This record gives sequence, structure tokens and C-alpha cells, in this order.
Amino acid sequence: MGLLDRMSTVVQAKMNKIMDKVEDPRETLDLSYEKQLELLQNVKRGVAEVTTSKKRIELQKAKLQMSIDKLDSQAKEALEANREDLARKALENKAVLQAQSATLDQQIADLENQQQKLMVAESRLATKVESFRTRKETIKAEYSAAEAQVKVTESVTGISEEMADVGLAVQRAEEKTENMKARSAALDELLESGTLEDHSGGDEIEKELTKVKAKGTVDDELARMKSEMKK
Amino acid sequence: MIIRILGEGQFRLDDKHLEDLNKIDNRIVDHVNKGDQIAFRKDLDKLISMAKDLGEPLDTVDIVQSDLIFPPEDMSFEEAKRVFSGTGIIRD
Repeated sequence: MGLLDRMSTVVQAKMNKIMDKVEDPRETLDLSYEKQLELLQNVKRGVAEVTTSKKRIELQKAKLQMSIDKLDSQAKEALEANREDLARKALENKAVLQAQSATLDQQIADLENQQQKLMVAESRLATKVESFRTRKETIKAEYSAAEAQVKVTESVTGISEEMADVGLAVQRAEEKTENMKARSAALDELLESGTLEDHSGGDEIEKELTKVKAKGTVDDELARMKSEMKK
Repeated sequence: MIIRILGEGQFRLDDKHLEDLNKIDNRIVDHVNKGDQIAFRKDLDKLISMAKDLGEPLDTVDIVQSDLIFPPEDMSFEEAKRVFSGTGIIRD
């Protein structure tokens, strides 16, 4: 079974959950419409949630930048006091934080992307819901219960697919924000505890690797600071 | 045929492209089975851009069912694995 078939199965399963079969087909229309309005509210909440998460991470990035700046001036002070060992340590920590900062940039971009997508989905759904409402009234006014059946099935199936799509987008956005929240809480703790020793999240090997990779940068920066001091 | 790219909306696509789409689709299954993430990303991008380039976007007011459902373009490899393992990308 291909990916496209699988995706159809996934969406169909979701649609089955959305569609309610009632005796009177015209009642199905009203029920579906109610659910559409509910979903629209849900999407709005989703957008708000993603926006809040993004703000939170932006704030965190600002805090991280403050720590980076602090380490930078500490390195300078250390050099002035002839403590190259301390300066090196500060710059190493700074490199670790800079790597974290790059990760946050990525997360912010990712959330921005989610936010845009949800907003587009919201406006598309809103248009469809309005179109459905008009069609619903026409069907109710112009067709007998028996005649309405086919029209109702068509409309309800079509809109349910849209709802499954949008519902899925909201879920994926929620999952992403949840993941980021967890990581962001961990980073917050580290920043607040002020332990500059361990900013990389507890993985010693990873931290050492970052330091090794940053060695060139640290050496360059030390040299730059030294030459600036001579001026 | 009418296709839906999840998160993007619906497009009308000539049936003659079905065979080509099917080939890429099969390759994607292969990549997921082999764990080849790079090839997966490449072919998924190809599949979706093919649908977008060859298809005509449907008017937003239209309410119709699709013949084919395409995954979201930013579907991760992990999500694809979950879809194939039957656990789905949708939580219950």
C-alpha cells in the first residue's frame, strides 16, 4: 500500500469520526454545520497557542543573548586579569550557548511556519463553512427529505474532508508546540539556575563535542580580544 | 481527478499523471522501509511539487471529496513511519 493510499485511510478514519449519520438528512446538515463552527474556534485557539509558544521562545532567546553577552564581557575581564584559562572557559560556554541560540532560531522559524499555515487553513475553512451554510439552506428549502439525501451526503462528505485536513493541521501544530515547550522548559531551568557549567542539556559528550568544535572559534576570539587590549 | 494536499487544499489534476505519481509513491514506500531519509525527502518533495505544478487549485468555495490524499509537504520521516506502521499521524 502506497503512502497516498495510507493517507486516504488516515483521513477517512478522521472523517468517520466527524460525520454523524442521523435519520433526517437535513438534520445531518445542521449537525455538521455546528461541528464546523466548533472546529473554526479550535483553529483560532491553535493559532493563539502557536503564537504564545513563539513569543515564549523569542523571550528565551533574548535571555540567552544576555547570558552570551555576559560571558563575553567575563572573558574580557578574565583576560585583563591575565587569566586566559578563565577567559577560555567563558568563551567555551559562550559557544555552547550560541549553538543553543541557533536551535531557538530554528524553532522560532518552525513555529512561524506553523502559524502561517494554520492561519491560511482557518481562512480556507471559514470560506468553506460559509459556502456550506448557503448550500445547506438551499437543500433544506428546495428538496424533499428523500431528494436531499444525495446532496447532503455530497456536501457533508466534502466538508468533512476539509475538517479532517484542518483538524490534522491543528494536531500537528499542537504536537510541535508541546515538544518545544518541554525543551524550552529544560533550557529555562538551566538559564535560571545560572550554572554556566552545564548549558547544553546535561549530555556530557555532546557538550564536549561542542567545545571541541568551537575550539577554533574560541582560539580566534581569544586572539582578537588580546589584540584589542593591546590597542 | 481531485487531489488534496493536506494543509494546502485541493487541486484538479489530469488522470494521465496518475501513473507517474504512483511510481514516486512506490519509491517513497521503499525509502521508508529502507530508512533512507534523504531519498524520502527528495521524493516527497517531488510528489508534492508535481501535484502543485500540474494541478489547478480548486476554488475555495467548492465543497467536493478528493480522489487522492497527499501528505503535508513538511511531513517528517518519523510521521511517515508512523503512517506506515498503522498507528497513523492522527491521535485518537
